[in-house]
Amino acid sequence: MTDKATLIGEILAAHAHQEGPLLPILHDVQHALGCVDAESEALIANGLNLSRADVHGVVSFYHDYSSAADPRPVVQICRAESCKSRGVEALMDSAKAAAGARVKLHTVYCLGLCSSGPNARVGDTLYARLDAAALTQVIENA
Amino acid sequence: MLIRISDDALARALGADKLAAAFAAKGHEVHRVSSWGMHWLEPLVDIDGKGFGPATLNDVDAILDGSSAKAIGEIAQHSFIAGQQRLTFARAGKTRPTSLDDYAATGGWAGLDRARAIGAAETVAEVLASGLRGRGGAGFPAGIKWQTVANAPSPKKYIVCNADEGDSATFADRMVMEGDPFQLIEGMAIAGHAVGADQGYIYVRSEYPDAISKLNAALAQCAGIIAPFRCEVRVGAGAYVCGEETSLLNSLEGKRGEVRAKPPLPALEGLFGKPTVVNNVLTLAAIPHILTEGGASLYDSLGVNRSKGTMPIQLAGNIKHGGLYEVAFGITLGELVNDIGGGTESGRPVKAVQVGGPLGAYLSPSQFDIPFDYEAYAAVDALIGHAGITVFDDSADMGGMARFAMEFCAAESCGKCTPCRIGAVRGVELIDRILAGGRVRDTLELAPQMHNVPSKTRTAEQEIELLTDLCDTMKFGSLCALGGFTPYPVMSALKHWPEDFTGNTAVAEAAE
Repeated sequence: MTDKATLIGEILAAHAHQEGPLLPILHDVQHALGCVDAESEALIANGLNLSRADVHGVVSFYHDYSSAADPRPVVQICRAESCKSRGVEALMDSAKAAAGARVKLHTVYCLGLCSSGPNARVGDTLYARLDAAALTQVIENA
Repeated sequence: MLIRISDDALARALGADKLAAAFAAKGHEVHRVSSWGMHWLEPLVDIDGKGFGPATLNDVDAILDGSSAKAIGEIAQHSFIAGQQRLTFARAGKTRPTSLDDYAATGGWAGLDRARAIGAAETVAEVLASGLRGRGGAGFPAGIKWQTVANAPSPKKYIVCNADEGDSATFADRMVMEGDPFQLIEGMAIAGHAVGADQGYIYVRSEYPDAISKLNAALAQCAGIIAPFRCEVRVGAGAYVCGEETSLLNSLEGKRGEVRAKPPLPALEGLFGKPTVVNNVLTLAAIPHILTEGGASLYDSLGVNRSKGTMPIQLAGNIKHGGLYEVAFGITLGELVNDIGGGTESGRPVKAVQVGGPLGAYLSPSQFDIPFDYEAYAAVDALIGHAGITVFDDSADMGGMARFAMEFCAAESCGKCTPCRIGAVRGVELIDRILAGGRVRDTLELAPQMHNVPSKTRTAEQEIELLTDLCDTMKFGSLCALGGFTPYPVMSALKHWPEDFTGNTAVAEAAE
């Protein structure tokens, strides 16, 4: 068995007791491999007695899963209404310049800190009340 | 000295962890408590009830020797707190979120104990009597939903907590989960007892990592208390539409988060086809208080008309005093924005206020006398939704915001129904053309073979007519609130600020 097959086998076993375990399994695979690729989809489908189309349909539906790994660090920037009203759009040009090709900027709709935007997230760390300089700093440190 | 600093995600995003470490390094005991909800003062340092904020590392010494200019006096006496009627957020700022001792010492589990003492049928009757309506947005009476599930014959039933709080301007669910997770769990256990369900799921969005870890920490501690009821946290995967209850159920089952047609109601055929209570975090978090002695009648006595009890209103966007304001229904929008919120943070005049998240209408200052009440909002084509309020100053471009509403709907549509999936895309195109001043014939239409197509360009006015028609189709033809309510922000922006749509008429004139 390949490493991937072993890993996914372990993840499947860890969720065997759960009802409707597909999303938790996909979260674990995405976390471990950085993506849920076609090979993983086939292995998961086999383990859960689903068709590959079923699994692919779920993977492609949700924003949190990706089909190919991206080695770049990700900075999530909220661009929903509340952050717009607090000027996030005016920060985007300098943010894109700071990110360049090294950092992936990912638009999210709402991090739940809406009274204190503009907001960003890197991993599980949140940043609020960002101005252009602070956001650039966050991106450079990502 | 005992120092209290919030460990709410917002306080942490503003440096509360480093601040707490700085106080601890000076030999003080630091308790990480929930947030008072005065977000413009975060991180807020609480010493014997006296507050200092927004505190930075440079303020530590001055706060300790009492000379800090950031002192705000007694926190509980602060006008922002004193004017509230906190039931759901009674513990905010006072207890450590994942401390079982703190929870039990502040009246925790009293509702569950009483529910067990009075029995399932009486518990449902108490919720009915309280007049509690679903806090997720639709405002459906919670008691009637519970009654339906309780009466449904099935050996297996579920309680599902909708914690997929994706609306911009809303953070009350997050604050409950991060600040008082036991209260939510107690509410779910009471629901399980009332309707005969032994399994609960809390579906939390993946954008809330702090809420997920705190709920898991809380559940691990109280499993014995809520038994035989069991509860599990499930994490969403970044789909806004999963905040819609049937889409959430599909997602929990491990499927694409596509909306289901109703009927059958989830109360009869919900999760895995079993009778299921799907309630919002705030609905379930209100339950423990309602189930205490006299809680239901107190709840029913608050509020106006058919909107009973209190609502945790979230003041967000460009507002001076943003945060959480729990108050009885009936307060006017003007009081919320101007008196309590202090107007815009930028100091410029208020132009628009969006109530109810991305699917809520934009209200103009001329409507500031509307009382906070489900029916009063519905009467002016607006909605309370999850009670998030986003304030915009006069620099806001409402044409751009209307376009964003359609763009958001297109990005987040589940794709199940046509009015939403295709309507939203066409909506973006239409608004683009309106903003450009109308529609010019394209290359194909200009070809001589196409002599049958209308020879005139379409003016912005004609495009607005089409947009109005499209919004009508989306409103009445969509399966769920995503496509059905997107017309609210679009049409309200068009109604109140038409000048933001038709400022540029150059294209149409040039084409004439």
